[in-house]
Amino acid sequence: MRNLFLFLSRNYIFILFILLEAVCFFLIAQNNSYQNAATLNSTNKVVASVYSTISSVTDYLDLAENNRRLAEENAHLRTLLPASYFDTTVVRNHKVDTIHNLEYSYIEAKIINNSTNRRNNYMTLNKGSDAGIAPEMGVITGHGIIGIIKNVSAHYSTVTSFLHTQSKVSVRFKNNNYNGSMVWDSDNSPTEATVIDIPRHVPFKVGDTLVTTTFSPYYPEGIMVGTVKSFDIDAGSNSYRIILKLSTSFNDVSYVYVVNNLLKNERKQLEEKHKDATRGN
Amino acid sequence: MLPEVIKSVLRFFLLILLQVILLNKIRFAGYINPFVYPLFLLLLPVRIPKTLLLILAFITGISVDIFSDTLGMHAAASVFLGFMRPYIIKLLSPRDGYDSDAVISLKQMGILWMVYYLFISIFLHHLFLFYTEVFRFNDFGATFLRVCLSTITSVVIIFIILLLFDKTKVQR
Repeated sequence: MRNLFLFLSRNYIFILFILLEAVCFFLIAQNNSYQNAATLNSTNKVVASVYSTISSVTDYLDLAENNRRLAEENAHLRTLLPASYFDTTVVRNHKVDTIHNLEYSYIEAKIINNSTNRRNNYMTLNKGSDAGIAPEMGVITGHGIIGIIKNVSAHYSTVTSFLHTQSKVSVRFKNNNYNGSMVWDSDNSPTEATVIDIPRHVPFKVGDTLVTTTFSPYYPEGIMVGTVKSFDIDAGSNSYRIILKLSTSFNDVSYVYVVNNLLKNERKQLEEKHKDATRGN
Repeated sequence: MLPEVIKSVLRFFLLILLQVILLNKIRFAGYINPFVYPLFLLLLPVRIPKTLLLILAFITGISVDIFSDTLGMHAAASVFLGFMRPYIIKLLSPRDGYDSDAVISLKQMGILWMVYYLFISIFLHHLFLFYTEVFRFNDFGATFLRVCLSTITSVVIIFIILLLFDKTKVQR
């Protein structure tokens, strides 16, 4: 304390000088707009750095509340995004042809949900009855078949994927007309299928292409389904058992075409009648 | 012969009036703004208490400020000058020191001493003043040029005033 007083008394002129200068600069800062702004700016820098340090600590305290608010805002903004609006436009191509009757029309759709790892796999498409999709329509891609429409709602439809234990598709070789049934066996991977009921005398080799037949009311004829990967003969049977490499890669498919067979009902009715007739006989 | 105190008070009012009425309007070439009011501080007796000197400097500066609407700037420069004055006088002290009642005047100190004294003091004052006015060092060169030119002008004007008012013959 004594030293402090000693220091003060020894340097009081200097201290007075500093005090007076402080008063002057206080006055300058108070009364002159330019210096005022400049002083404020430099003091603001100091003040701001202090404040930012404080707020970086206090930010943690109301982190939960802020997260909730941000999530709310995100949800609000997300509903404004174009992606959250359901696309109701449908691209349908109709060919006007009076000589040939249009049998198939296609509806483009996007797979929005897909599974391949189960025994019975289903998909969901982003179009439904509003776009003209109805149950029992076939679904294909440019590379192969996908499955059959199972249920529809106004905006969505579900597809029974070909990767389903109940699947059975009539197929034939591309280079001849021998046909069989393609199924998805329990020992098939999502990239494989099994073709049964091909008679023993049919000539083919590994790599041959198989396509859909006219027997199926779901798919147009000639859609590629896959190529022969390997084959053997069922023990005690008269037919081949062919392991097929599917041409559709079910894992990364995204845009599909829903096949609308315009004559399906007519054919179905006729075939039902025939069945009834045979039964009646 | 008036007592030194009354002379100083008169000088105070005259110099401030001269400053605010006449010289504050002068801007040679946009650069040069002469200030003569520091002369009041410079002509105070050598042995004046430093505290009093500082307070007088503050009052002088504030007075000019009030008239020129630059509250604080001239006061800051004047206080700085008031603080520096004892050191300048010490720096320029003759070999045998000053008399205890020494008064600063052309007659007593001689021209050369006065020129040094004025130049150093006014330069420091203007340096402080102009940099306070600009309040940044960005335009250092331009501000320094202003300081130098204003210092020269101020010293010339102050010298003229001294010659006019120091009736007695200048001692060589």
